[in-house]
Amino acid sequence: MDPKINPADTTWMLVSTALVLMMTPALGFFYAGMVRSKNTLNTLMMSFAPLAFVGLAWAFLGYSLAYAPGGRLIGGLRFALLDNVGLTAQGSIPHILFAAYQGTFAIITAALISGAIVERMRFGPYLAFVTLWSILVYAPLAHWVWGGGWLASLGALDFAGGTVVHINAAVAALVIVLFVGARKDYGHQAIIPQNVPFTLLGTGLLWLGWFGFNAGSALAANTSAALAFVNTMLAPMGTLFVWTILDLRRNNKATAVGAATAIVVGLVAVTPAAGFVSPLSAIILGCIAAVPSYYALLFRARTRLDDSLDVLSAHGVGGIVGALLTGILAEKKWNGAVNGALFGNPKQLGIQMVAVIATIAFSAVMTFAILKAMTLVVGVRASVREQGIGLDISQHGEEAYSRGEGAILILPEGGTVDEAGARYRTA
Amino acid sequence: MKLVLAIVRPEKVNAVLEALYRAEVQGLTMSHVSGHGGEIERIETYRGTTLKVEMNDKVRLEIGVSDHFVEPTVRAILGAASTGEVGDGKIFVLPVEKVYRIRTGEEDEAAVTPVAVKKEPAEEVAAY
Repeated sequence: MDPKINPADTTWMLVSTALVLMMTPALGFFYAGMVRSKNTLNTLMMSFAPLAFVGLAWAFLGYSLAYAPGGRLIGGLRFALLDNVGLTAQGSIPHILFAAYQGTFAIITAALISGAIVERMRFGPYLAFVTLWSILVYAPLAHWVWGGGWLASLGALDFAGGTVVHINAAVAALVIVLFVGARKDYGHQAIIPQNVPFTLLGTGLLWLGWFGFNAGSALAANTSAALAFVNTMLAPMGTLFVWTILDLRRNNKATAVGAATAIVVGLVAVTPAAGFVSPLSAIILGCIAAVPSYYALLFRARTRLDDSLDVLSAHGVGGIVGALLTGILAEKKWNGAVNGALFGNPKQLGIQMVAVIATIAFSAVMTFAILKAMTLVVGVRASVREQGIGLDISQHGEEAYSRGEGAILILPEGGTVDEAGARYRTA
Repeated sequence: MKLVLAIVRPEKVNAVLEALYRAEVQGLTMSHVSGHGGEIERIETYRGTTLKVEMNDKVRLEIGVSDHFVEPTVRAILGAASTGEVGDGKIFVLPVEKVYRIRTGEEDEAAVTPVAVKKEPAEEVAAY
């Protein structure tokens, strides 16, 4: 074994990789609870399918473009097909584990986008989109921030992916809504969540997985991981607390869907800051992050923009607040490297702004280009009829809650059989 | 008095309810049912098992109305529930022998004529 490999670090990163991979199915349940029952499986599949499509794209090409030595804008091809990615040390863990850990980030980032276009996008084009997007948008951006690209050398702080994951996915979500359009019922029918317990269950699993996401981003079992871990615990508590107060003030009711949303917003906001700020700052950051997302959600619902599950309000607004507050609240005493604006380094806030704006611009332009090209050759929107019967039946030929009444078994050799055992051939 | 019994697509229910509301038809019962109206059966696959599903989810509306309300009720449903494809549903208009309103014991025409319940706005909010 490479002597630079540390067994404790390797253990933690093995666990973290599994935790982050679990976040994508968890996201599926978070999303599926908020759609109508006829679209349950489609919404879940929009999270499950990227496990293969984005995961393999990452192994074949994405990882190399993000992390192989290359230019300031994109990595090289040295690691394509996982070539030259072996058991030698990358930092203090095996290189192959590092590649797998980063792959789980690519998968969930692509799956996040699906929240904006649930209940109306054809499934095949969705798969093509997330695959292309992970290679052409996610991988270069990951290179900019983590792979030694220009934002890294500029000194932008993004501990676990506030820009690369959350702002990036949210901007892509906004762009894809423009191409897919609103749901046929949006704006003139009440579309309400079918299964709020699913959403809460998904939220709980997301929070659990997020410990691997944030504390794992230390890439070692060290004090930085411990700080990120604790901050990942504290910040969403602050967000949930403030959100509950806002809910009570608005309608005198603390809502469960609101609580689920608050926890996700808190997790999003603390993501870039996790290993850079003090625990007290993390609580403050969590509390502050609740406010803009809360009002962004209320505002969005009054617009014609059918970002169905509010990817923009939760991940975009939450991500921007987190990225900027990282530039304000970062503390050298805790991270050993950089201070933020509040601790005598106002320049850091400017760098964070550059990172946010660059992410928004790159993601918007590239996502637009991918979808423009795609829509020239293929229709991305499910027809009114398909939306009417639901995407579970129209896209997947299955139902989430099937009673089986009136279903006739088709025998493998064709034909059917009645209860007395007589066989019939179908025409 | 007649009983208007309509079977419609679930995705058209909101439109139907809205049309009925506009036609000032108040008071109805709704249930989720499954049925088959000649539409092409669909194939579903679960692992190695392939099924032909002939029953489709439908919604059944039952509306007791006085005679002069039959026409507007039927028109509202016809207008709102149609997609032009097989499987849009049916409307049945049935004769009704007797109707009782349970709360008051009123009978027949009086029992199917909606009462405009007067409520203070504050009371309405409190009811939710």
